[in-house]
Order: sequence, then structure tokens, then C-alpha cells
Amino acid sequence: MTKEQCTVLKVLDNVPFGQVAGEHLFFALRLERPEWTNWLPGQFVMVRPSGWALDMLWARPFSICRVSPRDLVLFFQAVGRGTRRMATLKSGDEVLVWGPLGNGFAMEPDTPTLMLAGGIGIAPFVGYTHHHPKPWNLHMEFGHRMPLNCYPFESINEKIMGDAHHETSREDLAAFIERMDKRIAEYAAQDGLVLACGPTPFLATVQKLALQHGARCQLSLETRMACGVGACLGCVTKVSDDMTASGVAAGRAQVCEHGPVFWAHQVTLEEN
Amino acid sequence: MDMRLNLPGLPDFSFRNPILTASGTFGYGLEFAPYGDLTTLGGIVVKGLSLAPRAGNPMPRIAETPCGMLNAVGLQNSGVESFLRDKLPKLPWRDVPVIANIYACDPAEFAELASILAREQGIAAIEVNISCPNVKEGGILFGQDAQAAARVTEAVKRVAGDKPVIIKLSPNVTDIATIARAVEDAGADMISCINTLSGMGVDIRTRKPLLANIIGGLSGPAIKPVALRCVWQVCRAVTVPVIGIGGITSAEDVLEFMLVGAHAVQVGTANFLRPDFSFRLVNEFTELLNKLGIADLEDYRGSLRT
Ligand SMILES: Cc1cc2nc3c(=O)[nH]c(=O)nc-3n(C[C@H](O)[C@H](O)[C@H](O)COP(=O)(O)OP(=O)(O)OC[C@H]3O[C@@H](n4cnc5c(N)ncnc54)[C@H](O)[C@@H]3O)c2cc1C
Ligand SMILES: Cc1cc2nc3c(=O)[nH]c(=O)nc-3n(C[C@H](O)[C@H](O)[C@H](O)COP(=O)(O)O)c2cc1C
Ligand code: FES
Repeated sequence: MTKEQCTVLKVLDNVPFGQVAGEHLFFALRLERPEWTNWLPGQFVMVRPSGWALDMLWARPFSICRVSPRDLVLFFQAVGRGTRRMATLKSGDEVLVWGPLGNGFAMEPDTPTLMLAGGIGIAPFVGYTHHHPKPWNLHMEFGHRMPLNCYPFESINEKIMGDAHHETSREDLAAFIERMDKRIAEYAAQDGLVLACGPTPFLATVQKLALQHGARCQLSLETRMACGVGACLGCVTKVSDDMTASGVAAGRAQVCEHGPVFWAHQVTLEEN
Repeated sequence: MDMRLNLPGLPDFSFRNPILTASGTFGYGLEFAPYGDLTTLGGIVVKGLSLAPRAGNPMPRIAETPCGMLNAVGLQNSGVESFLRDKLPKLPWRDVPVIANIYACDPAEFAELASILAREQGIAAIEVNISCPNVKEGGILFGQDAQAAARVTEAVKRVAGDKPVIIKLSPNVTDIATIARAVEDAGADMISCINTLSGMGVDIRTRKPLLANIIGGLSGPAIKPVALRCVWQVCRAVTVPVIGIGGITSAEDVLEFMLVGAHAVQVGTANFLRPDFSFRLVNEFTELLNKLGIADLEDYRGSLRT
């Protein structure tokens, strides 16, 4: 297993992606490479810039997008207090990082695998694609509301076939769901693997379809996190009784410790 | 410098140093083992234990606020038996005091829990949570009523054997000193304070509360001034040792609590700043004492000039 560490890493650069209404909301944050090299795509790190004062206490969780011999890359969307401040990080700034945390996505090199990404949920699939020994078994369906150049879609598309779906209306969304329905049915029929990451309503749709078609499906959950290591019990989700991982008390498992990736039939998604 | 802390009236009991971790913020200790040496801590107070497993409150149950956080975890835990079977044996309890934090719905249940823990070699002391704001069945009432607090203390003391009993007080009362005196008279060996302050947060866009439970417990640096005041008042009201808790994020903070009379402290929310926080704080505290030339903590403790 991987060994978790808590280290200060220097920012190499913080590259904005695309523009929305003249503003940058999406960033590839490149950090010096941490000492850990063992990690699984779908795992995440907790990030707290060293410059943060005590007005913001929690670190923020981000999927590991890529790890190269030179750097650790995170891909993030500026949505609130923390990530907006992270958007101002510059090269040379320092951030505290602990990880790699969580379990990561299943990887079965010979199994046809469908990756379903909603918006910023594309981040862990970059690492997944680049880590996969037989990328010809991978396919991606990517639903997004912001312009495509806001996301690292190209770095996936250069390795595998991916389809991007720009949603600007209800009809677009319905078409995307129909497409996912068809795809999930195909993968269920060939005993493939379906992996999903994105906002909770998106995951709920994928879960419903996967259960209907009996697909083997994993969902990467998003919850508010304080510690990232399983201690505060702030990030739990309801899990089925057959998930008897140790430390799971009374049907609720910590997403940071026992997830963020769960089998679709084992979790009940809760709004958070 | 030797920071061993001997507690008056409890000759057999000592913390290696005055920096402990607070219940609910350090899991069962094991979660933090990758980030530091647990045996360097003064003590580990584990997540609140109840007799039966508890599922806790619905999500969302934590929210960040300026300089603090709200939680309404609602004491999710897998029950005392599961803790003793699955977690305690993995903790280095011979080298670091492991303190069990307990919660129950009535004095008899508190006593039942305490009697189970009293038999456990690996448990150094029992901390009784009579102050949790997040559970519906009257948890807070024990902490808000001097007589009820005394009844729980007596019930636990009667069965605790030679395990020291620490009563953890709530700040959500009119006069904390009255409660402190009541639990001291009822036999408490130590008092820890404070638990979280009752608080709330809302979102103007979704028009929803930040927590599913609506109300939760506020912790973190935002509550430190309240905690200091409470510890100061309690230290003047009782003679048993007091453990200060609330918003500690630096070695200076630890000294502040000692200045108003605390024997030891517990670090809570700061463990979320970074998982090695408490381990580093132990070192920083030693460095600060050296820097300030404080050779005898006993001299310094309670020496506030008013
Ligand atoms: C395992 C995991 C992996 C993630 N990976 C990525 C990623 O690769 N890229 C990316 O852009 N985002 C990712 N997120 C979401 C990201 O953590 C949040 O967008 C971020 O915490 C929001 O912080 P904020 O201060 O800007 O928002 P605020 O809303 O101001 O922050 C308040 C708190 O709410 C929580 N929060 C708010 N929004 C979310 C959310 N959508 N998900 C989880 N917690 C939230 C955070 O814990 C935050 O501390 C991931 C979340 C999880 C749990
Ligand atoms: C997430 C969380 C869970 C907690 N759970 C418990 C608990 O189970 N039992 C208890 O006595 N106190 C519990 N507390 C209260 C803390 O132990 C501590 O008293 C309080 O947070 C104030 O200290 P701080 O400001 O350093 O966090 C919890 C606090 C937090 C933040
Ligand atoms: S974030 Fe603390 S338990 Fe998951």
C-alpha cells in the first residue's frame, strides 16, 4: 500500500485553462514532486496553502490528476472561498499537501472500461488514462457546461477515444443522459467496468442507470472534508451492510478513508 | 526538560507532557499514526464511545466558518465493545495514556459504560462527556444542570475503580463554576473544558442551514477567548486538575491556558490544519519554554497577575 505523508511542496506554476465571461475559473496547479511515487488513480490529496491564516482552517481535497518524475499536477475549479484563493497561487509559493489518500478506482487492464466524467470530475481520469497499461480498452464520455478548453480533455483524448458533450440546455442534458444509458447498457452486456466522477446529481443518474442495467460501476464521491484521514467523521456516506470495512460504524463510512470510490450498489448518495 | 505532569491526589497517574488530543478530532489515534509518533503525545482522548453503535446525524454534518468550524456529527461510533476489540489493541497504550471519552443517555448507562472500561488495562482514564450539543436525547442536560452533572459523576465514580474520572464541561451554561464545583464534590478527579459552543450557519443562496441538524457545535480559534474564560473560572472554583480545551493552535496558546490555571490541554480542531499538528506542537511547546526561560511549569501555572 502507499504510505501517506504530510509535506510542504513548492508551486511550480498555476496555469489557467479557458475563460468563462472573461475570467479564469479552471487551473492546473503544478507542484514539486512529492517523495511518494506509489499512488492509485482516483486517490486524492488534502491541500492547504502555507500562506493561509486561521480564518480558513481546513485543507481542501483534490484528486491527483497526474504525477510525473518532475511534478504533481492537480486540476481545480475555483468555486468558493478556498479555491478562489488557490487561484492566486504563484510559482514559488508553498502549499502543505498530505496524501495520497483514499482507495482509487479499480483498474482491470483487460476489461473494457467506460469513464463517465461530469465537469471537474474529469480530473482523476487524466491520471487513470495515463496510468492504464492498455489504454485501448478505455473510453470516455465527458459532460460539461463550461467551454471544452476549460478542462484537460485533450490530454485524455490524445491517448484514447473520448466524446465530449456540451450541455447548454435541458435537451442537451437529456441527450447526454440517453447516451450514458446506452453506453452503460453496452458495458454491462460485456461485463465491462463503468467508472464515474462528477457532481452528486450526475453520480445519482449514473448510479440509477448502472443498477438498472446491472453494470459493474464505481462512483467517486464528493463530500466536505476536514481531516481527510478518517478521523473527524464529517465526510460519511451511507453504505450497505455488506461493506464491512473496519471502522464503519452503523452503516456510515468515511468517504476519505473507505472511498472516495465506492461500488454503485453499496452506497446511498446523500445531498451535502 | 522533564515535562512529566503529576496530578495532586493521583500519585499513580501522570501525563508524559501536557499536550493531549481532544475527543472526536483525533479519531482513535491510529488515523494519525502515519504522521507522527503517538507515544510523544501527552495522551490520546479517543472519539466518544457509547454502549451501542450509533449512526450519528445526517449529512452534511460539518461546515467551515471564519476561524472555526461547526459540527453535528452526533457521536457516530461503533460502540465500546468494538473499540476495545478492534482499535485499542493496535494503540501503543503502554507508552501513551489512552483516555476513553464516553457518552450515554442516563446515569445508569454511563455507569455501565464506565464499568466496562474500568476493567481494561489499556485505558488510562475515563472522560465523561456530559456536554455534547449534538445528540437529541438530553445529552446537554447533564452538563447544564448541576445536580444532573453530579449524579452522572457519582454513578461513574462508583464503578470506575482506580481509573481517574475526568468530567468534560459545556460552555453553554450560565455559570460554569457552579457545575464544576458540583462535579468536584461528586468525586470527579479532573475536569476538562470546554466542549463546543452551540452555533449555527446558513447559506443565503440555497436558503438552507449549513448543517442538516441545523444547530451544531462551534470549535476552533474562534472559541479560544470563551474557553480561556471558562478555564480561568473553573480553576478558581475547584482544586482538582483542569484540562483546558478550545481553539488551541500554537505553543503560546498552550501557555495561555496554563497561565489561567490549566494542568494540561487538549488540541481539537487544529488537528485538521495538518495531520501532524499535535506532534509538532509538543516540540514547539518545549522550544517555547526554553525560549521564555520557563524551567518550572508548576510555578508558571495559574500565575496570572490580575
Ligand atoms: C475526493 C475529492 C476529490 C476532489 N477533487 C477535485 C478536483 O480534482 N478538482 C476540483 O476542482 N475539485 C475537486 N474536489 C472538490 C473540491 O474539494 C471543492 O471544490 C473545494 O473543497 C471547494 O472549496 P472552496 O473553499 O472553494 O469552497 P467553499 O464552498 O467556500 O468551501 C467550504 C467547504 O465546503 C467543502 N466543499 C465545497 N464544495 C465542495 C465540493 N464540490 N466537493 C467537496 N467539498 C466541497 C469544502 O470542504 C470546503 O472546505 C474534490 C473533492 C473531493 C471530496
Ligand atoms: C468533529 C468534532 C467531533 C467531536 N466529537 C466529540 C466527542 O465525541 N466527544 C467529546 O467530548 N467532544 C467532542 N468534540 C469536542 C472537542 O473534543 C473539543 O472539546 C472542542 O472541539 C473544542 O476544542 P477545539 O476548539 O480545539 O476544537 C468534537 C469536536 C469536533 C470538532
Ligand atoms: S474528512 Fe474527516 S473523516 Fe473524512
